[in-house]
Amino acid sequence: MKNLRFILPLAIFVVLVGFLAVGLRLDPREVPSPLIGKPAPGFALARLDDAGKTIRREDMLGKVWMLNVWASWCAACRDEHPHLVAFARTKQMPIYGLNYKDARNDGLAWLARFGDPYDASLFDQDGRVGIDFGVYGVPETFIIDKQGVIRFKQIGPVTPEIIQTRIVPLLKELNG
Amino acid sequence: MARWCLLLCILVSMAVTAKEAVPAAPDPVLEARMQSIAAELRCLVCQNQTIADSHSGLAEDLRREVRDQLRRGASDEQVVQYMTDRYGDFVRYRPPFKASTLVLWVGPVLLLVAGLAILAIVLRRRTKLAADQFEPDEGEWVDEATELKAGERKS
Repeated sequence: MKNLRFILPLAIFVVLVGFLAVGLRLDPREVPSPLIGKPAPGFALARLDDAGKTIRREDMLGKVWMLNVWASWCAACRDEHPHLVAFARTKQMPIYGLNYKDARNDGLAWLARFGDPYDASLFDQDGRVGIDFGVYGVPETFIIDKQGVIRFKQIGPVTPEIIQTRIVPLLKELNG
Repeated sequence: MARWCLLLCILVSMAVTAKEAVPAAPDPVLEARMQSIAAELRCLVCQNQTIADSHSGLAEDLRREVRDQLRRGASDEQVVQYMTDRYGDFVRYRPPFKASTLVLWVGPVLLLVAGLAILAIVLRRRTKLAADQFEPDEGEWVDEATELKAGERKS
């Protein structure tokens, strides 16, 4: 009984340290998206490079594709961009951009300068499609399956590690 | 005369600024509803602010979205549901009561009850102890006072 007096505070302390240690590793900016496992929201947006051509959600059904949200004003997108360009060269999956709250000329100039990994970029000038996708921190990346269901979401830049350990295996699973 | 002129100038300028302070939205009732909903929603870009407080681009967009939906006749609950569907329960400053938020809602109450229970047990145990189990109540100042009295008597 006497021992408990010393062990109990120690046990509480250890539990508290455990909670804090886990808390330190969590990134409060990464909010789990409620959209994973749900059908992607409907959209119909003009292409960034051609205002006359519209891409809709229905056009994308039947293939596993990546939607990468980017903007010319977004600094982290610049860090991410070379990895996307490299991944696009492997031609493993179609990559579409969502040019979020940008100016058409700025977006096009940015792609001309840093390279264009996208099959096409959708031009979401007022950010409404972004809201439907729950976008809050550009860049964000979604993987959408053949049925149009969102299977994966990355908030913040995609890294080569994430591509190799998360996206490529998921792609194999969804195509297999 | 110059003084009157100055006063007039000040009054006119005040009237002009007063006009500028009128909110841009034409419908004050709708604006008030929008504000009250926005004050319940977390801005995910700057997580310690509400959408009503934040000046981030996303918060402005979401305020616009709330306003548009209200204008289209959506209820307050529908707007909050719309945001929750896209951004998760985390956007709500008052998360709903369900299995995943059980610890959040019940945890503090449990901790309080546990603390009170421990306090009650300790106090009850102490009332049962004999008086000689406690240290004497005399503090230093008691000793000093008695010494002082003793000194007075001596002189």
